[in-house]
Amino acid sequence: MQGTQPAISMRDISKSFGRIQANSRVSLDINRGEILALLGENGSGKTTLMNMLSGIYFPDSGHIEIDGKPVTIGSPKDAFTYGIGMIHQHFKLVNVFTATENIVLGLKEPGGYDLAAATKRIEQICQTYGFDVDPNQKVYDMSVSQKQTVEIVKVLYRGAEILILDEPTAVLTPQETDKLFAVLRNMREDGKTVVIITHKLNEVKDISDRVVVLRKGEYVGELITAEASTEEMTNMMVGRQVTLNIDRPDPEMKYRMERIRVRNLTVKTRDGVTKLDDVSFSAYTGEILGIAGISGSGQKELLEAIAGLQPVENGSIEYQVDDDQVEQLIGMDPIKIAGMGVVLSFVPEDRLGMGLVGSMDLTDNMMLRSFRNGPTPFTDRKEPKHLAELVVDELKVETPGVDTEVRRLSGGNVQKVLVGREIAAAPTVLLSAYAVRGLDVNSSYMIYDLLNRQKGNGVAVIYVGEDLDVLLELCDRILVLCGGKVSGIVDGRTTTKNEVGLMMTRLGGGEAQ
Amino acid sequence: MFDLIAFIPRAVAQGIPLLFGSTGEIITEKSGNLNLGIPGVMYVGGICGVIGSFLYERSLADTSQINPALGILIPLLCCILGSLLMGLIYCFLTVTLRANQNVTGLAMTTFGVGFGNFFGGSLMKLTGADIPSISLTATSGLFRTTLPFAGSTGWFGQIFLSYGFLAYVAIIIALGASFVLNRTRVGLQLRAVGEDPATADAAGISITRYKYVATCVGCVIAGLGGLYFVMDYANGVWSNDAFGDRGWLAIALVIFTVWRPSTSIPASILFGGLYILHLFIPTGTDLAVKELYKMLPYVVTIVVLVLTSMRNKRENQPPESLGLPYFREDR
Repeated sequence: MQGTQPAISMRDISKSFGRIQANSRVSLDINRGEILALLGENGSGKTTLMNMLSGIYFPDSGHIEIDGKPVTIGSPKDAFTYGIGMIHQHFKLVNVFTATENIVLGLKEPGGYDLAAATKRIEQICQTYGFDVDPNQKVYDMSVSQKQTVEIVKVLYRGAEILILDEPTAVLTPQETDKLFAVLRNMREDGKTVVIITHKLNEVKDISDRVVVLRKGEYVGELITAEASTEEMTNMMVGRQVTLNIDRPDPEMKYRMERIRVRNLTVKTRDGVTKLDDVSFSAYTGEILGIAGISGSGQKELLEAIAGLQPVENGSIEYQVDDDQVEQLIGMDPIKIAGMGVVLSFVPEDRLGMGLVGSMDLTDNMMLRSFRNGPTPFTDRKEPKHLAELVVDELKVETPGVDTEVRRLSGGNVQKVLVGREIAAAPTVLLSAYAVRGLDVNSSYMIYDLLNRQKGNGVAVIYVGEDLDVLLELCDRILVLCGGKVSGIVDGRTTTKNEVGLMMTRLGGGEAQ
Repeated sequence: MFDLIAFIPRAVAQGIPLLFGSTGEIITEKSGNLNLGIPGVMYVGGICGVIGSFLYERSLADTSQINPALGILIPLLCCILGSLLMGLIYCFLTVTLRANQNVTGLAMTTFGVGFGNFFGGSLMKLTGADIPSISLTATSGLFRTTLPFAGSTGWFGQIFLSYGFLAYVAIIIALGASFVLNRTRVGLQLRAVGEDPATADAAGISITRYKYVATCVGCVIAGLGGLYFVMDYANGVWSNDAFGDRGWLAIALVIFTVWRPSTSIPASILFGGLYILHLFIPTGTDLAVKELYKMLPYVVTIVVLVLTSMRNKRENQPPESLGLPYFREDR
C-alpha cells in the first residue's frame, strides 16, 4: 500500500456551521484497498468531514483530490460518479418497497424497467460479498441490520468503489456486527476501499488497517492499527486534561442520604435491542452524579426510566421519601413521579424536541408544568407569568418579553427557560441531560452554577454530559456507561480523564479483549 | 322483478364518472397529495366542456350540420384545459407555497362547484329559455354514439357495447394507470415520492415535478368524469348541482379500492349500482326507505375501511406521506 498514490486526498478542509467550527484544516489520505477507521469523540467532526466526500456538504475551504486530480463534489450524484458511496446512520428506504425496488429507485439504467434482472444482479452482489438479504423482502419486514445491508448493497449496485459507513455498528447486536465486519473484509479482498466512522476502540482494532483520529474538528494524527495500543488511541482521541475552574462545593455530609436506588435495571427497545443492561447505582442528596458515556450508551433511557417515561424490562428503581418510607418508581405514572419531585430536563439534539412547545410563549411553557393545579377547570395564568419573569430575570434570558414565542429565542436562551422551569418546580431529584448543549461559555457556567445551587439545597442531581472536562470538574461522582452497562463509578475529584475515557470505550477500563 | 339486463348498463353509466374521478385521485394521492378538490375539479371539467360545445353549437346555423370531429374535440379540449388549470392552482398552493392540503382541497371543491353553477347560470341566461338547464343534444349525440353491434347482439350488446367512447376510455385509463404504477420506473418513483419524499429526494427524484405532474394528470382524468356525466349520462343536459355528491363518492372509492386503479373498475360499477339501487328495488311509496338505500355506497366504504384497518397490511395503507408537504430543509 505504501508508495502508491492515495485514492482520495483531502487537503486543508475546513467547514463551519454558523459560529461552530466543525472541521478546521483537516488533511487526510484514503488508500485504495484499505479499511480506514476515522476515530473521534462525539462532535469531533468525523461525520461532517465524510459528508463533504459524499456531497452532502461543501467545504468552506481546502480541496479534494481523487487519484491525484482535484475534483469538486457538489452533490451525492457527483460523489457517485467518482465511485464514492456513503451509508448514513439514518436509512433512506421506502418501507412498503422490496429491497430490489429500493435499490433501483432513482436509477436510470439502460434498457427497460426489469426488476427480475435487477434482482439477479443483487443476488450476485450478495453472493460475492456474503450478504444475507432477500431481494424480494419488504423493508418493513426487515431488522435494522437487514436494512443496513440493503443500504450497503444499494451503494455497491451503483458501482461504488469507496464506501463510507457512518457508525454502522451503533444499531447492531454483537453478532450482527461480526457479520458486517466479515462482509467489509470481503470487500477489501475485492479491492474496495472502506472508511468506517466510529468511536469504539475495539472495533477500530478489530477491523481497520489504519486509523485517523480527529478531535474537536482537527486532525490529531494517524496510526497503523496493528502497531497501535489502545492507550495511544485513547490519548489521541480524548486529549490532555484541560482545567476549567468550575466550582465544586463539597457535599453537605450531615443531610446526605440515599435518594434514588437503581438495582439491576434492564431496558430494551421495541426492536429488542438492549439499551440498559443490569444497571445498578445510587444517587444521594446534595451531590451531583455525573453520567459519562459515548452518546447512545443508554443515558437517555436511564433518565427516562427514572422519570417513568420508559418501559422497563427488569430491575427496580426506588425513591427514598425519608428515612423509613421507600417508594418503587417502576410502573408509576410519570405525572405522579413528577409530583414527588423527580423532574427531568432533557435537552435533545434539536433542543426544542422535548419539554418546550416552540410556538407557545414563555408563560404558556411555564404552564405546561402547572396547568393541572387548582380546583377549577380554568387555568391560572398569573403565577406562570410571574415564574416566567423570574426565570428571565434570574437567568438573564434575552427575550423581548414573556409573551414571545419560545422558538424565536436563540438556542441558549431556550435552554435557560427549560432548565429554569424545571428547577423552579423545587425538585428533590433533578435529572438533567445535555443542559449546556450548544451553549456559549458564559451561559454554560450559569447552568453549572444553577446545578450547584440545587446541590447545595440538598437535591440529588443527575447530570448527563458530553464534555468529559466538565464532568470531571463539576461532578462529585461519575457513573460511566459503556454500551448500556455500568463500566464503573469513579470519584470526580480523584479520577483522570484518561481513566474515564477508557471506561467509556470498554467495560471496566481494563485491557480490550 | 329485478331487471338485471336493464340494471347493469345503468350501473355502468353511473359508475364511469366515479371511475374517472377515483383513477385521477389515486394517481394524485400516490404522489402524496391529498386532493379533496376532486369534486370541484369534476364540476369544472363538466362545465368547461359544456361552455365549449355550447359556443360551438351556437356558431352553427343548424345543429344537425355538426362536424363530428370538432363536436367531440372542442368540449374535450375545453374540459382538459379547465381541469388542468384546477390542478395547477392546487399544486401551486400546496407544493410551491406548501399550503395545507385539506383546506386547499376543500376550497377548490367549493370554488369548482360555484364556478360550475355560475357559468351554468350564465349560459342559461344566454339561451333565454325558461327551463333552468342547457341542452346540447347534437354534441351529446356524438358522445353517445355506441359501438356498431350494440343494438343487434341482444343482452350481450346491451351490457358490453352500449356505451359512448368515454366509458371505454375510462377503463383503458384505469388499466393503464395500474400498469404505470406497478410495472414502470416512473410508477416506482411516483410511489416513492408519495411514501417517503426524503428518500426519493436523496435518490435524485424531483419531488416537485412528480407532484405537479401526477396531480395535474389526476385532475385532467377526474375532469373527464365531469364531461362524461354531462355529455353521455345526462344526455347533454346541464342543470346546476345535478352532478351532486359523485365527487365525494369517487374519493371514497380511492379508499375502497385501497389505491388500486384496476380494482376501481369493478368497484366503481358496484358503487354506481348501489347508487341507483333504490330505483330498481320496489320500495313502495315510503320515501324514507329510498333514502336508506342511497346510503349504501357510504356504508360499504365504512365497512371496507374497518376491514382493511383490521387486517392492517402495510400495502393497504395510504401512502405514508399523504397530505404532508415536503420541504427538504425540514429534515
